[in-house]
Amino acid sequence: MSLAYYPGCTLKTKARNLEEPAVASMEVLGFKLDEVPRWNCCGAVYSLAEDDLIHQVAPVRNLIRAKEQGNDELVTLCAFCFNTLKRANLLMKEDAEKRNTLNSFMSEEVDYSGEVKVVHLLEVLRDDIGWEALAQKVKLPLRGLKAAPYYGCTLLRPREIAIDSIENPTILAEFLKALGASPVDFPESTRCCGSYQVISSPDDISEYARPILNSALKHGAEALVLTCPLCDYNLAWGQKELMKKQSGFTGIPLFYFTQLLAIALGLGPQVCHFELNYGSPESLLRERNLLS
Amino acid sequence: MSAKERKKRSAETAVKEEKQIAVKLIPVYIMGKRYEVPEGLTIMKAMEYAGYKFIRGCGCRGGTCGACGTVYRKPGDYKLQVALACQKTVEPDMYIAQIPFFPANRARYEFAELTSAPEEVFKLYPELFRCVACNACTKACPQGIEVMDAISALKQGNIAEAARLSFDCIQCGLCTSRCFGELAQYHIFQLARRIYGARIIPRAEHLAEMVGTINEGRYDQILDELKQVKEDELKKLYQEREAEPLAAGEDWKPKDTRYL
Repeated sequence: MSLAYYPGCTLKTKARNLEEPAVASMEVLGFKLDEVPRWNCCGAVYSLAEDDLIHQVAPVRNLIRAKEQGNDELVTLCAFCFNTLKRANLLMKEDAEKRNTLNSFMSEEVDYSGEVKVVHLLEVLRDDIGWEALAQKVKLPLRGLKAAPYYGCTLLRPREIAIDSIENPTILAEFLKALGASPVDFPESTRCCGSYQVISSPDDISEYARPILNSALKHGAEALVLTCPLCDYNLAWGQKELMKKQSGFTGIPLFYFTQLLAIALGLGPQVCHFELNYGSPESLLRERNLLS
Repeated sequence: MSAKERKKRSAETAVKEEKQIAVKLIPVYIMGKRYEVPEGLTIMKAMEYAGYKFIRGCGCRGGTCGACGTVYRKPGDYKLQVALACQKTVEPDMYIAQIPFFPANRARYEFAELTSAPEEVFKLYPELFRCVACNACTKACPQGIEVMDAISALKQGNIAEAARLSFDCIQCGLCTSRCFGELAQYHIFQLARRIYGARIIPRAEHLAEMVGTINEGRYDQILDELKQVKEDELKKLYQEREAEPLAAGEDWKPKDTRYL
C-alpha cells in the first residue's frame, strides 16, 4: 500500500538517519512511503502572528501538492514538519477569511480548504498497523534495552493537533514495548529541548539539555528515543557542553525511533546511518547483540 | 534594359511595395512616456525606433544572453509580466521598463576548494533559507523555469536536481528582482550547476582515454603530414575524405581503420 509522504528538508540532509530507516521499515511492514512531488520547505516553524499569512504559504502549498495527487492523507515524519503542516491545515479548514486570502494569493494553484489529513508516522504505526501487528513483525526484539521516550513539544502541542495526550503521552512507550524494549518513564519526557531559542542564546544550550538528560539517566535510561531533528541537534550539542560543565556526567546515546524500528525488524545498521548520530549508539546495540 | 533603366525600375517597385505594406503604428509606454511604434517590432527594436540607444542591456538579440530582462504591464491587469526585450513583440498600450541589471548578492569563492556537499551552498548563500515559497520567482522567469522548485531542491540538499531544473537559466535576474526573501536565485543556481558539472556528474571514461591517447602522440605523425600539404591538395583530401553515411549504424567503420 502506498502512502503520500512529506519528508522535509532536514531529513534529506542532516537527518537521513531519521528518514532512511523509516522508509525501509515501512516497506517491510507493507507500506510504500511515496514522496509528494515538488514539495517545498514546510515553513520550519508555525508563525503565531495573527496577520502573518506569508509564512503559511509554504505549508499550504505542500498540502496542495498532496491534494493534487488525489490524496486524502499526508504522512509526515519530522516532528516539526508535522506541526507546521497540521496547524496550517487547521487554519485552512477553520478560518474562511484567511483561507480566501491564501487561496487568492496562490492563484496559480488549485484552491485548498483543509481536505488532506496530516498524520505522523507514529499514528500510522498505532492506528493503521497496530502495536500487536507490529510486534508480530519484530525479528530482533530489543529485549532489555532501557529506552526513554522523549516526545519534545511539536507532536503534542497545541492540543488541537496532538497525536496523543499532552500531559501523559504513551505512544512512544507503546511503540518501544511493541519492539520488545523496556520504555523508561521519566517526568521530563515532554520538556522542551530549547527549540530555536538556542540560536539567540547558544550559551543556554546545556541548561535546556541538563534536566532532560539527567532525569532520563536518573530513571535508569540507557538511551533516549527521539522523533525530531531539532531535539536531536539540541540534546547532542547540549550533551557535549554538559560533559565539560558537569563532573560525572556520562552522557546518553540518542536514537531516532525509526532506527530502533529498523533494527527490531531485522534490517540491520546499514539503513540506520548511525554515523550521523551523536556519540556511538551502535556500541550499546552491539553490547545487547542487536547488531546483526 | 540599361543599367539606368533597371535602377529606375527597381526604385519604382520599392516605392510601390512600401505603399502596399501600410505600417500600423501602436501606442506603447516606455518608462511611462507614450510613443507610437510599428506593430510587430520587438520591445528592443521598438525602443530603438523611439530613439533609445543601447550601450548596455542588450547582447545577443537572440534570446539567450539574458541581458535584456524586461517587465511590462497591460492596462486593466494588475499582474506584472516579464519578457526578454529582444524576443517579445510590442502590444498596444504596454507599459514597459527594462531591468538590464540587478544588484544581487553574488558570493565569492575559490571553486577548487568546494566539495559537492550541499553545505557549501548553504554557507555561501545562507539567505537560501529565507525563501517562503511565495513562487514570485517562478512567475517572473521568462524561461519558464520552476525557480521555486529549484530553490526547494537546494534546501533539500539536492544540487543535481537544482542544476537540472535551472539548466535553461540565462541569468537575467528577474527572479531576484521579485524575491520576497531577497535571494539571488540565478547566482545560487550558477554555483549549483558548477558544483554539479565539476563534482557530481559522472566523468566520461572514454573521453579521458581518448585524451590520453592523443597526448601519447598517436596522431602527431598524421597531423604533421597534413601541415606539410599544399592548399589545393588539402582541399582535395577534404573533398575526397570518407565520411560516415547519414544512416550509418553503430557498427559502421571507415575503410582505413589505422587511426581508430
